[in-house]
Amino acid sequence: MKVSYFPGCTLKNKAKDLDKYARLCALKLGVELEEIENWQCCGGAFSMGEDEIASKLSSVRALQYAKEKDQYLVSVCSACHNVLKQTNYQMQNNSDFAFKANNYLAFDNPYNGETKVIHYLELLRDVIGFDKIKENTVNPLKDKKIAAYYGCLLLRPSKVLAMDDAENPSIMEDFIKAIGATPVVYPYRNECCGGYATLEDKNLVNKKSGLVKNSAKNNGADLIITACPLCKYNLEKNNNTDIPVVYITELLAEALGLKEE
Amino acid sequence: MDKLKEQILRTSGVNTLKCMRCGKCSGTCPSYDEMEYHPHQFVYMVEKGEIEPLMKSKSLYKCLSCFACVERCPRNVEPAKIVEAVRLMVIRQQGENHLTANDIPDLLDEDMPQQAIVSAFRKYSK
Ligand code: SF4
Ligand code: SF4
Repeated sequence: MKVSYFPGCTLKNKAKDLDKYARLCALKLGVELEEIENWQCCGGAFSMGEDEIASKLSSVRALQYAKEKDQYLVSVCSACHNVLKQTNYQMQNNSDFAFKANNYLAFDNPYNGETKVIHYLELLRDVIGFDKIKENTVNPLKDKKIAAYYGCLLLRPSKVLAMDDAENPSIMEDFIKAIGATPVVYPYRNECCGGYATLEDKNLVNKKSGLVKNSAKNNGADLIITACPLCKYNLEKNNNTDIPVVYITELLAEALGLKEE
Repeated sequence: MDKLKEQILRTSGVNTLKCMRCGKCSGTCPSYDEMEYHPHQFVYMVEKGEIEPLMKSKSLYKCLSCFACVERCPRNVEPAKIVEAVRLMVIRQQGENHLTANDIPDLLDEDMPQQAIVSAFRKYSK
């Protein structure tokens, strides 16, 4: 099966491993991530203004592309995923916005939110199935205690993202179990790392990321996993707590025996 | 209604009258300590038309767009949308960008993901 894939700017640059292993693992599990031709950056953060149009058009183009191919629209980066889903929701629920966006883009057939946008984790859970991952796991990560870090963008706002319970999620913990490891549930798993403030307020970000890392470590985790390059960066820059942070796709590749050393 | 308030309500799509001032949004806000005006204050100050102090406040650039307040508000007010609308009101003015391309080189290090730069631009500049 093929899906439309939106890698995003960071997966082409600083987060190449997140991208590479996403493709390799999906292929092994029977899904080809077909990169959207000429995709454009989603902008990294959703602009909440109802009257912000131009900043959302790149997402609408990607959504339309997947619709024409009749495919799911998949992304791995939590931020791309958040922007694509929120833009899609606005196309479905705000007729004034949809009218203006369509007017500008002038597609042959207008776009009105038909595409199903899913995160890579949803692809694993809902399309491939965690059982299939379990069957294909050749290196079960038996002795590892792993803390899933959701951060803010993967789950919220839950009315729009509709992926899991935003306060008590389980999708990443179930993923961790599927590859044979033990999930660690800890209080800060869905709190913000400090996000883009990293550019101008290191102190704020250091505090927020420190809380997350401490919370994971104090609850017994050996490792934190994330789907977000900015979360990874912020957590790694905080050096008060010593705990490695890796991408979900790297860990999956390790379990499936696809990881290159 | 005053023009600024009208524009903020339109941009945000928020009904400020739904707020019951429980403070839960501010209680959950990761930037609480860094803010002079907190999310619940944004909501009621906009309701009262006290918008200029918000427009001048650095609190606008401390919001992380983490959607915690949106998720946890018991009245579905979506306070982050008010913060965003006030910020847009400021940066949509000529010369009022909070971040410019010239500021970027000094803020980078070799591991910084592109995502940090594009998101900051989306939130801080027009
Ligand atoms: S959580 Fe909602 S109702 Fe409570 S103060 Fe904040 S905006 Fe108002
Ligand atoms: S979205 Fe902004 S105002 Fe709301 S909780 Fe997050 S940082 Fe605070």
